[in-house]
Amino acid sequence: MAGDFGPGETGKSGSGRDAGTGGGDEDLERRRRELEASLATRLPERTEGQDSKAEGATGYGQAFKLSSEFIAGIAVGLGIGWLVDRLAGTSPWGLIVFLLLGFGAGILNVLRSAGLVAEFGQGGRRPRGPQK
Amino acid sequence: MAADKVDPIHQFQIHPIIPIHIGGLDLSFTNSGLFMVVVVVVAAGFLYLSTSNGALIPTRLQSISEMAYEFVANMLRDSAGSHGMQFFPLVFSLFMFVLTANLLGMFPYFFTVTSHIIVTATLAILVIGTVVVYGFYKHGMGFLNLFVPHGIPGVLLPLVVSIEVISFLSRPISLSVRLFANMLAGHITLKVFSGFVISLSAFGVVGVAGAVLPLAMAVALTALEFLVAFLQAYVFAVLTCMYLNDALHPGH
Repeated sequence: MAGDFGPGETGKSGSGRDAGTGGGDEDLERRRRELEASLATRLPERTEGQDSKAEGATGYGQAFKLSSEFIAGIAVGLGIGWLVDRLAGTSPWGLIVFLLLGFGAGILNVLRSAGLVAEFGQGGRRPRGPQK
Repeated sequence: MAADKVDPIHQFQIHPIIPIHIGGLDLSFTNSGLFMVVVVVVAAGFLYLSTSNGALIPTRLQSISEMAYEFVANMLRDSAGSHGMQFFPLVFSLFMFVLTANLLGMFPYFFTVTSHIIVTATLAILVIGTVVVYGFYKHGMGFLNLFVPHGIPGVLLPLVVSIEVISFLSRPISLSVRLFANMLAGHITLKVFSGFVISLSAFGVVGVAGAVLPLAMAVALTALEFLVAFLQAYVFAVLTCMYLNDALHPGH
């Protein structure tokens, strides 16, 4: 986040410039520290507020995401099954087999996007936790 | 005719503006195409104008573009590593296009480009096509390791691999369906609630008093829709980054 180092950076350059003038140097330093302290008390508050708001929004997003992942898996299985049947004339076996596989893939998609199963190509490793 | 006016689907109709027919193909310039051009012009124009006199201390507009840049760059770096930055132009263009299209769609009487599945599906196929082509170009057949999890007994291998392949193929579908369904559902809900206001207020004083409720709902939904417009652009970009990560590091 840019906001994290923003205040410190500008404060440094500001004090460097004012060092030449002398005089209110200590005063400036003290004020800068006070500003940083008050910023520090404000910042966590603000980010917490953002988090709780974002959680409500991602709850809705999460629901949409999981359902679309599941349906997409089934739809692809259905499509492949239908194509196989059409090309190889094995109706209805292609549809049955690939619909079941698509069902499995849909569940895999859901678990994967919920962060409960390892990502693609990372089998056996712990997942990185729930993704947004 | 009254049913026509409150028809919530009416806003999604595509009609040609400049009819073009070449060899039996209908290549007309439609209202959808017009708004895609508008989206590109608005997004590119905004980014160009706001950054043209790049001041060290950014103005408001310049800091908006800088925030958009940092936002996408951090997203890409976090999920695909610094190697992923070569895809930054793709991800940033996609993000800006989807975001601008979603936000422009919030204007009354504007056409929402992303509420048509053909548009979102094209974007998703572009992403997956990039992943597949780059994956094979970079890793050759090693890209197929993506579908083979480690430590699977040989008996289960065909089953697991076929499920993984279907799961991979379902990605562009879920990517496009999510964006399209969110925009479509949101705009229909908004239209239905606004329609309630009109039809209720036809019933005299009691109706007008009752119309306050759907009006409040429509206002609240508008706020939610702005949130969804941003969120869906974000989700689209994040998933693009994750898929590109698979192309960069299959089986890592």
